[in-house]
Amino acid sequence: MPVESIFHRLEALLPKVQKPIQYVGGELNSTVKDWDSADVRWALMYPDAYEVGLPNQGVAILYEILNELPATLAERTYAVWPDLEALMRAEGVPQFTVDAHRPVRAFDVLGVSFSTELGYTNLLTALDLAGIPLEAVRRGEDDPIVIAGGHAAFNPEPIADFIDAAVLGDGEQISIAITEVIREWKAEGRPGGRDELLMRLAESGGVYVPKFYDVDYHPDGRIKRVAPNRAEVPWRVHKHTVMDLDEWPYPKKPLVPLAETVHERFSVEIFRGCTRGCRFCQAGMITRPVRERSITTIGAMVENGVKESGFNEVGLLSLSSADHSEIGDIAKGLADRYEGTNTSLSLPSTRVDAFNIDLANEFSRNGRRSGLTFAPEGGSERMRKVINKMVTEEDLIRTVTTAYSQGWRQVKLYFMCGLPTETDEDVLGIADLAKKVIKAGREATGSRDIRCTVSIGGFVPKPHTPFQWAGQADHETVDRRLKALRDALRGDKEYGRAIGYRYHDGKPSIVEGLLSRGDRRVGAVIRAVWEDGGRFDGWSEHFSYERWMAAAEKAGVDVDWYTTREREENEVLPWDHLDAGLDREWLWQDWQEAISGGEVEDCRWTPCYDCGVCPTMGTEIQIGPTGRKLLPLTVV
Amino acid sequence: MQRLRVRYAKRGRLRFTSHRDISRAVERAVRRAGIPVAYSAGFSPHPKISYAGAAPTGVASEAEYLEIGVTTPCDPEQVRFGLDESLPPGLDVLDVVEAGPGGLADRLEVSDWEVRLPGADRELAEVAAEKFLAAGTVEVERLTKKGMRRFDAREAVLGLTVSEGTDRTAAQVHGQPCVILRMVVRHMTPAVRPDDVLTGLRLVADFAPPVPPEVTRLAQGPLDARTGALADPLDLDRDNTRGGEAGPASEHVAG
Ligand code: B12
Ligand code: SF4
Repeated sequence: MPVESIFHRLEALLPKVQKPIQYVGGELNSTVKDWDSADVRWALMYPDAYEVGLPNQGVAILYEILNELPATLAERTYAVWPDLEALMRAEGVPQFTVDAHRPVRAFDVLGVSFSTELGYTNLLTALDLAGIPLEAVRRGEDDPIVIAGGHAAFNPEPIADFIDAAVLGDGEQISIAITEVIREWKAEGRPGGRDELLMRLAESGGVYVPKFYDVDYHPDGRIKRVAPNRAEVPWRVHKHTVMDLDEWPYPKKPLVPLAETVHERFSVEIFRGCTRGCRFCQAGMITRPVRERSITTIGAMVENGVKESGFNEVGLLSLSSADHSEIGDIAKGLADRYEGTNTSLSLPSTRVDAFNIDLANEFSRNGRRSGLTFAPEGGSERMRKVINKMVTEEDLIRTVTTAYSQGWRQVKLYFMCGLPTETDEDVLGIADLAKKVIKAGREATGSRDIRCTVSIGGFVPKPHTPFQWAGQADHETVDRRLKALRDALRGDKEYGRAIGYRYHDGKPSIVEGLLSRGDRRVGAVIRAVWEDGGRFDGWSEHFSYERWMAAAEKAGVDVDWYTTREREENEVLPWDHLDAGLDREWLWQDWQEAISGGEVEDCRWTPCYDCGVCPTMGTEIQIGPTGRKLLPLTVV
Repeated sequence: MQRLRVRYAKRGRLRFTSHRDISRAVERAVRRAGIPVAYSAGFSPHPKISYAGAAPTGVASEAEYLEIGVTTPCDPEQVRFGLDESLPPGLDVLDVVEAGPGGLADRLEVSDWEVRLPGADRELAEVAAEKFLAAGTVEVERLTKKGMRRFDAREAVLGLTVSEGTDRTAAQVHGQPCVILRMVVRHMTPAVRPDDVLTGLRLVADFAPPVPPEVTRLAQGPLDARTGALADPLDLDRDNTRGGEAGPASEHVAG
């Protein structure tokens, strides 16, 4: 039975909403397939506004891969803004996909990509608008299987009640595998219904189905044990790692939006994973080991992507792009290729060294040298040792001075506040550093026309990192330090005017902390917030700390217990049964090293230090150099 | 530098594109199509593409115009094909000519609008149109970027007729019957838009359509002084280019 488009019903609402174009689809390179041509159908959601969700590579890649499979279709859906939500409720219009405007409930799978926990309330809105019961256990045979993926899915416990399953790690291969399991089950006539399908997925050990695991608690609230409640289900669920990224050169057909989005560029992931070992960085820990794309594949992907999209900006994406073993040749090769074509290149790198400036110079060859960003993250040398960000003050000042001397006028420095063991002095150290930077810059350039912006964010301890046991700083402490830093910067007569200061207050970090390290009991808070109107928590104009606190109180959840409390070595953590490959003992040891200021090297260039990932996951480091170069393009 | 004048349509769901959305889409399409667009000088060079009075967001159009400057002469028909291929369906390129002398914007004196009103009452619409046309001035208010403005919506309206048809929204197989207004409106400052005329109809005769109207610009161009009809604004360029081959351009333009 073909499923009907709801577009004509939506269309009548569009003249009444902001930016209606975000809801109509029709992007270049989007795919609409005949409903009946497929027997497995995915709706992929990025649970934020279209303008943030469309550029997301994770969804774009899965969308393309699934649509390439025979008899499979994938469409996209995004969070609708409250103005449209209200109209959809009034008119009974369900959550829809933007590709063919089909109701989300008609699909077999709703795959949701969580790069941040702040999308949880938007998931509930989408489910509710779709007519899918919020609680997974109340879903019937006609409801899609709701699967969470993305970085936040490494601890999906706070949303365990609302999802049917979660997938950890790279999605390319596992989404295909899930598709085939569903196809087979449907072809067999759906034996055993929804429950058996979930069981087939869970049995493999590659898909986490929360309802097949029971959580027991100690009287004091700590978790006693998480155990499967069915014999066929494994004790631990493992993450997925794509080896050989050259074999997966997606996106091949980049989606080109009509609406304006946060990233108007063609991005290529130049490698996955990062082993620099920054202790606060969940992304670095959960995506190990490093797997590079080769210079030649990168060149081919950029050429194809620019041609297919018409974008005039190319981004080379990764967790630390300057670390690619052949980044120099890639930068030079691409800059040569696109010289004089008004195509700009960008490399999001924050490494504090001269090489990084060489790269930035290469990329800004025919543009303006406006701003450079470095991320020392910690204000004092002691702090930087704790987080394993091995940058000395000398390094930083030398690097920044070099940047100023080479014509860069504006330097941005990233820091975090609320790090483990941090004191007021550590944060005030940022002011000293910024002043020294300006002083050295003025001396080197002989000019007062240089600026530096200090940008500082609140630290949130994340699962699967050495800081997963740490107590999060309370927001009063964070706010006090941020204010002291502001006063120290602004009050300075000599340098104050040359230093910009950007910060956010500490409250949102507490909510993020609750969601990051929460367990299943936090689900009630999310639900209560949502029922109270909570939406778009990643947007300061929508976020309400008071609403979250009120909901926590109502749900009987002690926010401090989840956030500011330090955990002991043996406490069962809510995500311990989810395996990112990291050896728990190694993480604990690294946490202890952090407190004593011990450093870890990068295993790309020094011997393996047994973090556990490679042997557990059967993976290995894949890096160049290949020794190849990019040849000039003949066209353009 | 050769300049190309392009007529394009925004249709169906892509009528919800804003002017900025369209300019981004066109810039990308130009690159995809490999059209040798000229760039402005300076630190952040912009492609030389200019737009003449874009239809508002949510309004469809069969007659939007833009002009592209290119660095090497191009065949207009090839540009039409290439650009159309490179734009998403719904932004469709209808006509491309090489620009002759004279500005394009100056020729776009009048627009012909079609306004479909599903579920509206035809008789009431006719009465309202009569009253509107009979009025000397009809003052309306609209919220603009500069705040609330008050202006006359009557003077700009050269013609206003009422007929009937079906609405052809989206994927419906059989459209609903609906009232169709045709308005020929002179471009003035402040611009009088179809919704201003609808506001006017409400003011003079309490005529209010039940659902949001579906508006399409069918044509825009110069008004032929003799016949009173709307002419194709690109004809002058066509005459001129043809004239370039046959003889002095000025004679043709004058003729
Ligand atoms: C580009 C980018 C942005 C862009 C674009 C975001 C977007 N919509 O894509 C912008 C600037 C908007 C942005 C904003 C933010 N970002 Co950001 N961003 C990145 C960056 C550099 C690349 C993301 C990317 O495209 N990765 C590549 C894709 C392919 O990976 P992926 O999305 O994870 O998808 C794969 C898998 O996760 C999986 N998968 C994903 N979804 C699903 C779903 C299903 C069903 C399945 C089966 C599998 C699956 O399959 C995919 C393919 O393998 C990353 C760093 C990085 N290199 O990853 C940070 C990163 C993701 N961002 C991060 C953060 C913190 C943020 C912000 C919260 C920052 C802030 N405080 O405002 C916001 C949140 C915005 C929002 N509401 O989503 C962190 C996440 C922290 C963490 N969990 O470790 C990262 C890791 C950076 C970091 N090192 O801290 N970001
Ligand atoms: S197992 Fe060894 S080589 Fe692999 S990521 Fe961990 S430290 Fe590096």
